[in-house]
Amino acid sequence: MEILGMSVLLVGVFVGFGLLIGTLFGFFGMGGSFLVTPALLVLGYPSTVAVGSGLAFVFGTSVIGALRHRDHGQVDYKLAVIMTAAMTIGIEAGKSVVFFLDATGQADLVINVAYVGLLAAVGLFTLRDAWTDDGGDGDAGVPLADRVQSIHIPPMVSFRGGVRVSGAIVFAVGLVIGVLSGFLGVGGGFLLMPAMMYGLGVPAAIAVGTDILQITISGAFGAFTYAESGSVALPVVGFLLLGSALGARIGAGATNLVDEDEIKGYFAAMLLAGSVAVASNKLGTVYGIDALNALSTALIFGAAFLVSAAIVLAAVCRLRDDRTGRWCRLTTS
Amino acid sequence: MFGLETLSGPAQAAATVGVVFLQALALYVGYGALTRYAGPTVLDALGGE
Repeated sequence: MEILGMSVLLVGVFVGFGLLIGTLFGFFGMGGSFLVTPALLVLGYPSTVAVGSGLAFVFGTSVIGALRHRDHGQVDYKLAVIMTAAMTIGIEAGKSVVFFLDATGQADLVINVAYVGLLAAVGLFTLRDAWTDDGGDGDAGVPLADRVQSIHIPPMVSFRGGVRVSGAIVFAVGLVIGVLSGFLGVGGGFLLMPAMMYGLGVPAAIAVGTDILQITISGAFGAFTYAESGSVALPVVGFLLLGSALGARIGAGATNLVDEDEIKGYFAAMLLAGSVAVASNKLGTVYGIDALNALSTALIFGAAFLVSAAIVLAAVCRLRDDRTGRWCRLTTS
Repeated sequence: MFGLETLSGPAQAAATVGVVFLQALALYVGYGALTRYAGPTVLDALGGE
């Protein structure tokens, strides 16, 4: 039996995978194309279709995630507009850097090293912050945000969560993230979320909600670009969305139950696993070592499965008000 | 698939993005209704009540 040209087993795989990704996306505001594109490549889809379908899926999931976060009052539209405008300009500048490097023949090496380094750096910074918080002082991330908020360059802008920051600084942060996104060819969610949290002092839940709204806009633009050449497999996107729509509800609901410090620990684990996976994949490709490519795939999917399971477990533990049970202790950073 | 390939490039792209958007909205509304209907029971069960 086939549904839209796909076997029932494959449909089940896509719906289940969508559920897992939706949970991560609803919780972190990132992780969509990062996981879908490699999965479609592994399943044998051409790279343009894998990227195009990944972007269309990210767009659909982020629409659902943004609506869900809006329901929880976790989206700051003013912040999203400033970030989107600044990032759009920055992405164009980042692309120019790539073209320049391409002309010198150094693009691949520099981009891959920068990607791995950036993922690892943000992951380690977040992990250190989560551990420091657990150590008891409880405000390791505050000093940087405090310093940023004390700079009074007009116009000063107020955001949700009682945050008041210079609009010029917010624009500059968006510009830098945009340059890095355009340079690395990624959505920028893994940079935007920590930049808003640690750099500007925006509460974690609002940072995630605003991040997802920004991803919706950039995802729509990316999907449109690839769809022009027919590089979006709609049945694949449809089945993935069927699962992710439910997962996004679970993930977004979990942000209201699980503490910010626990969010930081999971986020760091995802980034560090991603960093090792990208490095492993590149080394495997360059030196023709299949085991490294397999390790990369296992790391990406293993981390995604474990982290989404940890999110659901942590949420259930909070619902039961259980912090000391054997399984519940595992879910704290 | 879905007859979208008969459209020109930009029209096909707009239709594709539109289909994904409408499906996302439909799923949001559908799962929203399901959550309102079954959510409290599931949360009570998970919460051990």
